[in-house]
Amino acid sequence: MSKSIEVAKEAIKKNCNPIKISDDFNQLQISISANQILDVVDFIKNDEACEFRQITDIAGVDFPERTKRFDVIYHFLSFKHNIRLRIKITASEDETISSITSIFPAANWFEREAFDMYGIQFKDHPDLRRILTDYGFEGYPLRKDFPLSGNVEIRYDEIDKKIIHEPVNLQQDFRSFDIQSPWERTNYLKEDKKNNE
Amino acid sequence: MAINTDIQETSPELERLKELYADKGFVVTSINNLINWARTGSLHWMTFGLACCAVEMMHVGTPRYDVERFGAAPRASPRHADVLIVAGTLTNKMASALRKAYDQMPEPRYVISMGSCANGGGYYHYSYSVVRGCDRIIPVDVYVPGCPPTAEGLLYGLLQLQKKIRREGNIKR
Repeated sequence: MSKSIEVAKEAIKKNCNPIKISDDFNQLQISISANQILDVVDFIKNDEACEFRQITDIAGVDFPERTKRFDVIYHFLSFKHNIRLRIKITASEDETISSITSIFPAANWFEREAFDMYGIQFKDHPDLRRILTDYGFEGYPLRKDFPLSGNVEIRYDEIDKKIIHEPVNLQQDFRSFDIQSPWERTNYLKEDKKNNE
Repeated sequence: MAINTDIQETSPELERLKELYADKGFVVTSINNLINWARTGSLHWMTFGLACCAVEMMHVGTPRYDVERFGAAPRASPRHADVLIVAGTLTNKMASALRKAYDQMPEPRYVISMGSCANGGGYYHYSYSVVRGCDRIIPVDVYVPGCPPTAEGLLYGLLQLQKKIRREGNIKR
């Protein structure tokens, strides 16, 4: 365990009131409640023991079975102390989370991506638009309840002379090719065979 | 090792052409043949690189494969191009840009669909954001299979396109 992690850990523990804090595998990780995020991020950026000056990423995770279904995970890097920090908060579908763009301008696009993929709302974000998906896209593709092939597909219409959106019509359904060995065939065929016997 | 330098394949038509030219000093042909000769010999391609296939498409342009010996040169603008090579995964968001580029190309125009993704969605066939084949957006002349196709594969596709143009044989496309 490096000393700088210990120092940073103590400082965060004392000032941020985290729900959970750990440093397994030399990876500092804290869980906090969503309304703390601005204070905590401001603290870990400016505190001498931390100085996490770069935001690496903001990720989302979806757990549909939970009441607060989303995890929002922030990754920070401290150049000075050569340590990394992961901050976890949870959010429900209709909850808004404070945007950290006022502290880290680089979080702008990360938050847009989290919004695009999961529908997580960020309060006071300067420009919360979709960033990756098609113009006029509906739904949040990385949610677990989003169908793999989506809801619409596109083609060029020769009569209208424009690209039109239509409901998905697959010629062949998606199959999971779970072949372990070519002699034993796939699991779903094995199950079929068992049922028939 | 002795190298046989006698082997020189020339088609009978070319031999006849040579004789005619040597004899009379000019060659007579139909205007159709002349136009097809010009079309096949200057297939300038519009680069539409979308993914890893684009790297193989670049290789085709390099001296190793040297597609320019067939009169094909890369063009950055669709308005200068004769053939559009769709190299890579076509996403829903990119589809309108592809159609726009295709619409800007002057007639006669041809399209080569390169790689599994452009042919039919390929690896991303079941994705929510990928067009299941670029022929849903623009008409395609030649499909080059592979993931990605080798540079030779694309070159072969281009030669097949030349063949197709020669076979069509019409001034009006």
